[in-house]
Amino acid sequence: MASMANVLGLIFANMHEQNLPELTKARAMASVPFGSKYRMVDFPLSSMVNSGITQVGIITRQNYYSLMNHLGMGSEWDLARKTGGLHILTPYGREGTGMYRGRLEALSGAADFIRESNAEYVIMSDSNFVANMDLRPIIDFHADNGADITCVYGKVVYTSERASHQTVLCVDGDNVVYDVLSHPDMSGEMNVALNIYVMRRRFLEDIIRESECRAQYSFETDILQHKLHEYKIMGYKYDGYFEIIDSLRTYYKATMDMMKRDIRREVFALDTPIYTKVRDVAPAKYGIDCDVKGSLIADGCIIEGTVENCVLFRGVKVGKGAVVKNSILLQNTVIEEKASFIDAITDKDVTVTKNRTITGSSDYPIFVNKGATV
Amino acid sequence: MNHIKKECVAMLLAGGQGSRLYALTQDMAKPAVPYGGKYRIIDFPLSNCVNSGIDTVGVLTQYQPMVLNEYIGNGQPWGLDRAHGGVHVLPPYETASGKSWYSGTANAIYQNIGFIDRYNPEYVVILSGDHIYKMNYAKMVDFHKKNNADATIAVLEVPWEEAPRFGIMSANENGEIYEFAEKPKEPKSNLASMGIYVFTWSKLRKYLIDNENDEAATKDFGKNIIPAMLDDKQKMMAYHFDGYWKDVGTIDSLWEANMDVLDPNVPLDLLDDSWKIYSRNPVMPPHYAGPNSQIENSMVAEGCDINGMIDFSVLFAGVTVEEGAIVRDSIIMPNTVIKKGAVIEYAIVGEDCVIGEGAHIGERPELVEDKSSWGVAVIGHHVNVSDKAVAPPKAMISKDI
Repeated sequence: MASMANVLGLIFANMHEQNLPELTKARAMASVPFGSKYRMVDFPLSSMVNSGITQVGIITRQNYYSLMNHLGMGSEWDLARKTGGLHILTPYGREGTGMYRGRLEALSGAADFIRESNAEYVIMSDSNFVANMDLRPIIDFHADNGADITCVYGKVVYTSERASHQTVLCVDGDNVVYDVLSHPDMSGEMNVALNIYVMRRRFLEDIIRESECRAQYSFETDILQHKLHEYKIMGYKYDGYFEIIDSLRTYYKATMDMMKRDIRREVFALDTPIYTKVRDVAPAKYGIDCDVKGSLIADGCIIEGTVENCVLFRGVKVGKGAVVKNSILLQNTVIEEKASFIDAITDKDVTVTKNRTITGSSDYPIFVNKGATV
Repeated sequence: MNHIKKECVAMLLAGGQGSRLYALTQDMAKPAVPYGGKYRIIDFPLSNCVNSGIDTVGVLTQYQPMVLNEYIGNGQPWGLDRAHGGVHVLPPYETASGKSWYSGTANAIYQNIGFIDRYNPEYVVILSGDHIYKMNYAKMVDFHKKNNADATIAVLEVPWEEAPRFGIMSANENGEIYEFAEKPKEPKSNLASMGIYVFTWSKLRKYLIDNENDEAATKDFGKNIIPAMLDDKQKMMAYHFDGYWKDVGTIDSLWEANMDVLDPNVPLDLLDDSWKIYSRNPVMPPHYAGPNSQIENSMVAEGCDINGMIDFSVLFAGVTVEEGAIVRDSIIMPNTVIKKGAVIEYAIVGEDCVIGEGAHIGERPELVEDKSSWGVAVIGHHVNVSDKAVAPPKAMISKDI
């Protein structure tokens, strides 16, 4: 078994933001809030930490203030360390680099950090999916197969609309990737790439250098597709729960998945927890005559009304006589007395005033922008 | 090693057993007892220190220190992992002249004169880990400075009939203390000491040494240091405090103090961002209120999984309440599992317990004929209660039943 102390983790903070414009307008994909108290970066980052990885770089592009605020020194993930630990890598961090166009240019900007890590392997991940993954078997799979690149995928049944946002892999019986489809027009069962890749560090450094010379920037096109027959590219099938967030609808679906006991226990497993920033707020308070059913509720909430099938983030207030159903209320949302809020999502700091009614549909939940008063 | 001078160092007396909490303090010191859904009692004085700008705190431990030591750790949850100062756990130690336990509150500070001297402070704040309150110690230190006092004691006006339970101060109109009586039968004042002291360090240092040399002394602040300073006509001031302050030294007061967090009329706002109470947060997902849950008038912490009925109760992190179980007027400490159909009323259940199916803990007072036999039932930490077992009111259970 490979030693995880020799593995460097890299997380891309800003990929796929175009798919979720509502929630990424003022924040990076990695800091999109999820599941009452988490941010999207918590899933790959906690998976890395729980798998024994002790050095992680987070590659940012823009809108990274809230992400830096969330991560701090990394102490909540036990990554505030003397050696290794958590590093946030911003654009323009290295001479001759800047705003990257694609994954390869982003890696070029992080090349010094990658080299100095001295790691044997690098595992890189995006932050647009919900999953609690053990990465150790993936590293072992890569080492045992002597692969150049290992791509992690999951078997899903997607509509063509969902597939059009993804990279789809064709994998043969020996787990060799024989075709890579970028944003395909297809539907049905497919192997969707989770955009988690494993390489030897030396190999990654070679392809970074080569792509710099050729001004190539897309890992998917220039490496996975164009070098498919030159490199040994393997597919690792991940069988656990995962959901890729590629639209507001899938964000809503993945959130509602957390109400299912088996999924909740897998994603928020007690022995491999998902870590997040500590906010030091008091536990949630339930008032007189409140009625709460089938909901996930964070600390700091004050509930005096009816809440059904909802996810409430920290500091949400639901007033007397208010009714909230099938909804996601982000941090510090206030639903005032007798208001009703159904099939909808609020961003942070939204207030729905007294007696107002907002109703979306479960197919197309209504979204209320950050800071809005309705 | 040179230490940067600190104007003020706090010393927190956390070595007491808290014997009146019985089963709840069998394996942890009183300051480590859980309170208010996610806190331990010590979070209050520690957070008060940090919020008051005091960044150097010695925590004196003696009785069952393991839970407390682990909890305090490097002080990071309170922002007390500091390059200069920070929180230091100070257990009794062996010296060339022998071993000595802390034999009293004053002796505990005496044995750590070396620790305090390293910071060369002007003032020392002495605190205990027995009370729930929010207080700005910086204001009290300012008061002490302004009055050019040698000692300042925080006092609270208590109802006259309760005064005999406290250390009672008599002060003149300027706030100068001229008399002190420990638990007087016939109190001359209703100003109770809150066990919070500010001393000018050079003065306290001298009295600690004198007291230590006095073989007859009990080495206690209330019994020795305060009376000795009064006898010597040192300037001792009473600092009035009028906020929420609750002793949690007995089962009844611990139960009441927890119920206070549910009462909107009690002036203890745990959600006040300007005076946060910090704690070591468990790593737990949000709590889940299941499709059959019925929760009212309660506080529920993260990691709970509720499928039963909860009313007027405080549930700490990671508590499971299965279907058909009822929890009323009770406090359930972290990670306890309450199985199907169990009923818990007027009870405190410790950490990591399992309450079996159909078990019945405690009773509502209106259902008890002999009122003198009624009281809060207590299940200690790590206790398994078997299916259908009964723990009557006032029960004190520390072994599996």
